[in-house]
Amino acid sequence: MVRLEARTSTPAWFNLALPLLAIGATLILCSGLIALAGAGVAEAYGVMFSASLGDSYAITETLVRATPMIFTGLAVAVAFRAKFWNIGAEGQLLAGAVASCAVGAIPMPGLLAMFLMALAGAAAGAAVALVPATLRVKFKVDDVVSSLLLNSVIFYALMALIEGPWKDSFSGYPISPPIEDSANFPVLLEGTRLHLGVVAALIAAPLIWFLIARTTLGFRIRVTGENPEAARYGGIHVERVLISTALLSGALAGLAGVGEVGGVHFQVMSDISPGYGYSGIVVAMLARLNPLGVVPAAIFLAAVMTGAEAMSRATGVPAFLSDVIQGTALLAMLVALLFTAYRLRRVGAAR
Amino acid sequence: MSAPLIEMRGISKSFGAVKANEAVDLSVAPGEILGLLGENGAGKTTLMNVLFGAYAPDAGEILIQGQPVRINSSADALAAGIGMVHQHFHLAPRLSVLENLLIGIPGKSGRIDRAGGLARLAEIGREHGLTLDPGLPVSALSVGEQQRLEIVKALFRGARLLILDEPTAVLAPTEVDGLFAALRSMAAQGLGIIFISHKLNEVRALTHRCVVLRHGRVAGRVDTPASTTSSEMARLMCGHEIVPPARGPSTPGAAVLTLQGVSTSHHSGMALRDVSLAVRAGEILGIAGVSGNGQRALAEVISGVLAPDTGRMTIAGKAVTRFSPREVQALGLGRIPEDRMTTGLVTNLPLADSMVLPRIGTEAFSRKGLLKPDAIRAFAEEQIKAYDIRCPGPMTRAGALSGGNLQKALLARELAFDPKVLIVSQPTRGLDIGAARFIHEKFLDMRAKGCGIIVIGEDLEELLMLCDRIAVMYEGRLAGTLDSADATVARLGLLMTGAGQAGEAA
Repeated sequence: MVRLEARTSTPAWFNLALPLLAIGATLILCSGLIALAGAGVAEAYGVMFSASLGDSYAITETLVRATPMIFTGLAVAVAFRAKFWNIGAEGQLLAGAVASCAVGAIPMPGLLAMFLMALAGAAAGAAVALVPATLRVKFKVDDVVSSLLLNSVIFYALMALIEGPWKDSFSGYPISPPIEDSANFPVLLEGTRLHLGVVAALIAAPLIWFLIARTTLGFRIRVTGENPEAARYGGIHVERVLISTALLSGALAGLAGVGEVGGVHFQVMSDISPGYGYSGIVVAMLARLNPLGVVPAAIFLAAVMTGAEAMSRATGVPAFLSDVIQGTALLAMLVALLFTAYRLRRVGAAR
Repeated sequence: MSAPLIEMRGISKSFGAVKANEAVDLSVAPGEILGLLGENGAGKTTLMNVLFGAYAPDAGEILIQGQPVRINSSADALAAGIGMVHQHFHLAPRLSVLENLLIGIPGKSGRIDRAGGLARLAEIGREHGLTLDPGLPVSALSVGEQQRLEIVKALFRGARLLILDEPTAVLAPTEVDGLFAALRSMAAQGLGIIFISHKLNEVRALTHRCVVLRHGRVAGRVDTPASTTSSEMARLMCGHEIVPPARGPSTPGAAVLTLQGVSTSHHSGMALRDVSLAVRAGEILGIAGVSGNGQRALAEVISGVLAPDTGRMTIAGKAVTRFSPREVQALGLGRIPEDRMTTGLVTNLPLADSMVLPRIGTEAFSRKGLLKPDAIRAFAEEQIKAYDIRCPGPMTRAGALSGGNLQKALLARELAFDPKVLIVSQPTRGLDIGAARFIHEKFLDMRAKGCGIIVIGEDLEELLMLCDRIAVMYEGRLAGTLDSADATVARLGLLMTGAGQAGEAA
């Protein structure tokens, strides 16, 4: 018989081992589904791997797809550190996309346009995140519920925009007018889609790490998240920290939308985000809320998404498997986190 | 004495390299009250957790009435007739006394047997003097009543052995007498009781036999606690003599903390009503009283967390205007809270973080919003050394430290910046003699250096030893102030019950 027993300390190597364990468990669990769908497990995973990380082009595609998830992953990681339960990265991303698209459509010099797009997108995301944070601070409204429900509000506002005033008058499709060509983010490698936003995301991760680990704001975020009472008695203005965290988190999620508009789609449509905001939660959890861990976690999920499409074409396994893998990875990680507080102990049948 | 009710043989339990228990033997006979003594970290709680099924022992066996048993969960323990009253109660605050009692008790054909529960509750109440109003929600009970409910719960589930982990730490002196009477009555009916405590006078008064643990092993057994001196037992616990510190004559200076006509409202506990007091430099003022008489509100006002409705407060001669923790800290207030884990420290973060928390924004630990990690670490390391805080290092999770070490860490953090006033609540609750002695010495050192100290506590012996003057709180007011030369446990006890108002404002 095996039972759980409280741990007194958690070894440091767990930070790396747990996500790997969770990913391993996920792939094993999902191999059952692949087999059920009538394909070879090794072949399916093989196709997934080669299509996402097998050659340099595939790698750039995976990085492009990882970029919004790095931003939303950082957004969620920052928020969760303060125990501000921001489930609204999806809506904040959409708001960022709309705002940057509106700015990008105004003719102006390219660099200025890109800068203002980022600023507008971040501000829009922050403004959206401010709503659940304010409701929580002022009225003790549950932030999980309010931030989650706000996603639908933002989504339908976006739909109203592209079905109404922004509707393409030429084709009649519900898509926004494109941004100016000069506002398109420069491509870094000829023949790929590797755009400026990818680099921005890779720089953002260590910056956010520095903010959390090495600044007084980061210290206050950590302490507020772990023990708001001790924070308050220690002279920290807890409400102010929560608001600051929400603004930062929303701005990061908004930047995810900016990258998609400026670097990938150059306009806004209803499916601009296939749930990158929600994937950000998975990314942040896999990363154990460590901003540096967000990058590999986002790349893993991006590889699964990119690979799943190729796998679907090659083996006939539905591409929905990518969603299943994401969901399973989150559950596996939550189970794995149990082992930071508990360990398994074998209890002999007879002693 | 008759065959043991329960016997633990050769119990060993390690956590990593730490041997929490090593080859511990222990037995309790029916009708026996066994004292389990030891300093913090001696392995008492681990041993009891093994007995109660929370930990599996690495070696050793447990016998109940001579039969070896395996206890893998608290459910197993309950089924085996072992009940435990933890230091932190496990009650559902919104449910009534009766409902808490019936949690987990299978009723008849899926229905809760309220009538049966009521009858049994009344019966237990009659037998041992453990009366409780079955309809009251737990949130309306005092701490002592909640503890009584925990004991009744254990008896209700048919416990024949009752483990009490530091039960008196949360009780007022009068409540302790009631608890002891109930425990004696239970023992007289053949129950076995394991009583864990640091308070040697209580152990001597109550128990029939004692087992003393030190570093996880049995350091000694005392067969006649009543005729064994406290210092002998203390020596078994610590391995050396413990001499209480002597408080020299005081030479108080100017007032460093004053409250004038302070009243509060809307407090979850008892509000303050027109409280005036002054603490002078180089003086220790005690605030005695049964908990729930406004001590918490007083501590919150002084800590700058609760702004009074009326009245004034000054620290070091300067008026407190905004009542924020930052303001009172800046004026020179240090604070050792009653609940280390909730308002003092951040258990999930490194110890170093907790140690710099109140002063993270100062030049010592940050500059222009950037932390100085080296300075933070160095400060923590320095204090760990200076206060002999037992931990692997400053980056250890604070929650992994024992209560005594956490208290030292809090003390170190506050004293490092030479506070002019120190407010302290229940400074040695749950601490062993050695750690308590250390804390007391530090307070007396600070007093000699001219710090004004205000100690809120329920342990009258401790207050009498430490304080120059003692004020008693009753129903949100100061019922009277005594010079400790004139104060006795009896006089203070009288004031604590609201009888015999004496003296003026402190």
